[in-house]
Order: sequence, then C-alpha cells, then structure tokens
Amino acid sequence: MDVLTVMNIEQKYQAENGEITAIKDISFAAEKGEFVSIVGPSGCGKSTLLSIISGVLKPTNGEVYVSGERVDGVSPHIGYMLQKDNLLDWRTIYKNVLLGLEIRNIKTQENRKRAEDLLKTYGLYEFRDKYPSQLSGGMRQRVALIRTLAISPDILLLDEAFSALDYQTRLNVTDDVFRILKQEQVTTVMVTHDIPESISMSDKTIILSDRPAVIKEILKIDFEMDNRTPLTCRNSPKFSKYFDHIWKELSRNE
Amino acid sequence: MNSIGISTERTAYLQGRARTKKLVLAWQIGILVLLALSWELLARFGLIDNFILSQPSRIGATFINMVQYDLINHVFVTVYETLVGFILGVITGTCLAVILWWSSFVAKVSEPYLVVLNSLPKIALGPVIIIIVGAGTEAIIFMALAISLIVTVLEMLNGFRHTDSEYIRMASTFGATKAQIFMKVVFPYNISTLFNSLKINIGLSLVGVIAGEFLVSKAGLGYLIVYGGQVFKMDLVMSSVMILAIVAALMYEGVVLMQRVAMRWYNH
Repeated sequence: MDVLTVMNIEQKYQAENGEITAIKDISFAAEKGEFVSIVGPSGCGKSTLLSIISGVLKPTNGEVYVSGERVDGVSPHIGYMLQKDNLLDWRTIYKNVLLGLEIRNIKTQENRKRAEDLLKTYGLYEFRDKYPSQLSGGMRQRVALIRTLAISPDILLLDEAFSALDYQTRLNVTDDVFRILKQEQVTTVMVTHDIPESISMSDKTIILSDRPAVIKEILKIDFEMDNRTPLTCRNSPKFSKYFDHIWKELSRNE
Repeated sequence: MNSIGISTERTAYLQGRARTKKLVLAWQIGILVLLALSWELLARFGLIDNFILSQPSRIGATFINMVQYDLINHVFVTVYETLVGFILGVITGTCLAVILWWSSFVAKVSEPYLVVLNSLPKIALGPVIIIIVGAGTEAIIFMALAISLIVTVLEMLNGFRHTDSEYIRMASTFGATKAQIFMKVVFPYNISTLFNSLKINIGLSLVGVIAGEFLVSKAGLGYLIVYGGQVFKMDLVMSSVMILAIVAALMYEGVVLMQRVAMRWYNH
C-alpha cells in the first residue's frame, strides 16, 4: 500500500499585481521505504509542493493522504528537513534533537530514549553536550536529521537539504543520510536541483516543468544492484544514461 | 623557544598586548588627573570663577559634608526611582512588543502612534503626569517609564521581527504554535537584543528620574542639583553631578554583569 498519495494538487498565489499558478495537476504516490526525488527548474514550485505535503501550506486544490489519512494542518506523520540545519545556537546538541518532541508535546521517556539511540547509532552521542557552533557542517546536518527522525515520521521531506554543504561534505553526508533512511525504513521525498544527487539517491525521480509546474515524467531509477549507496550509483554505467535523460527532459522547453 | 614551548614571537605578541592595555589605562587615569589638576590650579590662580565653576577641592569638601548629612538617602531615592521605572519599563515594553509581534494587524494600526510617541520629547508630558498621578514619587517613576517605554517597545519589536525566519520555518515544520515559536525560538534568539535594550533603558530611566526630580521632589540627586542651582551653591550642584555620574556608571555596569550571567546561561 502507498504510504503517501498526492492527488491533483494545485497552488495559486495571490499578489497585488495578479494571480500566479505555481503548480498544478500534481499527482504521485510513494511506497513504504521508497525514495522519491523531485527535480525541476529553479523557482518552479518544488518547495511549495513539499510545504503542501507537510501540511504547513494548504493547497488551493487537491489532497494529500498519508497512510490513508488526509493531511489537514501539519501532519504528525511527516518530518520536514530544510536546506539549513537551523540548529538553535543556545541549545546543546541533545536539546536540539529534543526540540521536535518538545513542540509536539511527546517528550516521553520512550521518545527520549529513541533520540539518544539515534545519536548513538549515528556517532553523535559523545557530542550531545556540545553546542552547534562546535560541530562541522556535515555533523550539524546529521543532527538536524536526527532531530527530524526523533519524532518517528513515516515520511521524510528533504528540501534541498544538502545544498548548503561544500561538495566533499555533501557526498559524505548524502551517503550517511541514505544509509540512515534505508535502515530506518523511512519513505522520503527529496526536492533538489542537483541531478546527480537525485539519481544517486532515489528509486524514482519526478521531473517538473517550468511554472506553472506540471509533472513531465516520473522516471524509475533502478541500478539493479544490491546494497546500493549514492557513491556506488555514481560509478555505475547507467548513471550517465539517467543523467542525459533528465537533462534533456529539463531543457526541452527552454 | 623557551622551556614551556611558547615561541618567542608568541611571547612578544602577548607582552605587546599587555603593554597596550596598561598604556590605555595609564592614559585614561592620566587625563582625569590632569583635568582635575588644571581645574584646581586655574581656580586657585583666579583664572576661572570658582563660584560658578566650583573646583575639585571644594567639591571634595562638599562631598564629605554631604556624606555626613543625608547623601545616602538622596542616592537611595534616585536609585530606587530609577530601578522601579526601569523594571516597569522593561516589563511593560517587552509585553507590548510581544503583542505587536503577535498581531501584525495591531502593529499596523499602532504604527503612527508609536512613531509620534517616539519622537515626542516625553518631558513635555511632565505637567500632565503630575496632574494625573500627583506631585510625588509616582510622578517621577512615571516620567522614567514614559521616557524608556516606547524605546523598549520599538527595540524589542525590531529584534523579534529580525529573528532568523528559517528558524521559525523549522519550528513550524514540527507544527509549533505561535506561543511555542515565541518561547522556544524568538525570545531566546533575542536575549542579546533584550540586554542591549536594558543598557539603553537604564540610562533613559535615569534621565526620566532626574527630569522628574527637577519638577517635583523632596529628595534625590535631581532635587539636590535643582536646589543647589536655586540657592547658587555650585559646589553642591557639581558634587551631585559627580555622584550622579558614578551612580549611572554603576547601574550600567550592573546591567552588563547581568548580561554576562544570562549569556553564559544561554550560551550566546
């Protein structure tokens, strides 16, 4: 069964000088544990789509269902990670990780234990009493991921979550994050403008058009290998085929 | 290289820094001594009129005289009024800023009022305040409040509004309510804004208190200054101004100290 179903989403913005249709007729679904990425020209409304899925933004038309339940307001089943790690400087790493639990009033013994376990599993437990400024960019991004996973989301949304990192760190963090997500069996929807990142991580890539954005193609990505990681995918001969395909698709109407 | 492994360049650098620090302090004290000394000498040789400008030795004598009388009481009154005005100003101002941050509608409606009230010299309200709350300590505290309130509101509101919007977005992705966003993000983010506003406010409250004491009072440093002026006792005026300077500096330092404690608490 599909964990996430997005149906006929349309979003219009009202501005003083007129009405703008950002996205329309967006429908897709994702299975449990699946990694879906969304690529498209910049400013086409990719982030808008994520905001709608998370429930932060109410769409003009259309519905989003998570495990058969309609999203209305911020969904407790969804974790949302932004481009910047946004760790609060005045909180320790541990307290930062607990922020989501505090906001949702679910800071129970059990959830706290889960957060601690996540910190342990992903090698950040010894830094729990440090402050964000004492950590490197890659580590901060991992802390942000753990903060999101601590609320046990069924679906994770990544909004250009790695684009603020330098290239080297980025490759490492993507690898880490990919491993974490597969291990935790989290369904993920990632928005990116980085085609290689999209190919190397996802099971399927959704290609959006210019504004008003519609779905041009939903491309299945299959490297036919066990235990794929973003790095091994980048070395696969199929990688450049996918790249060319997406690249052509994106540049067709420009 | 010396025995504990610090390079000679490093030692020279550290020594140089320490020397600069000492030099600055020496100059600061030197200028003060020089000013006092020339003031004293100019007055002694009759080059300036010590009846009008007083002189350090007379200020010193007056000061000792005042200590024997009820200087402590006057200082206490002024400090008390300032602190009450200051605390009220900070609390009310911050609360108002929270309301304005909360509701952009209220903020838009009140904007022209805030602009006018901010540019209005609040001392002009003196007579009105006296008539409404009576000629007493309350009027003085009100004066301090009137002067510091609007600045606090504007300063805090500005800080709240400039909270990193990405932080707020992050909190909303967890479904944070407006109250949670305020308590967990906006307020802690603005601790340093709060203290900057406290630093400005302690000075403004003192301005309000002295202005208030000029208008109505039976005690306080402002009262001493006005009284001294009226009976042409310039020694008293000058001594009071000196004491006021010290009191003001001490109160400011008090706020700085509080800031240090709070910043350590919040790890800014």
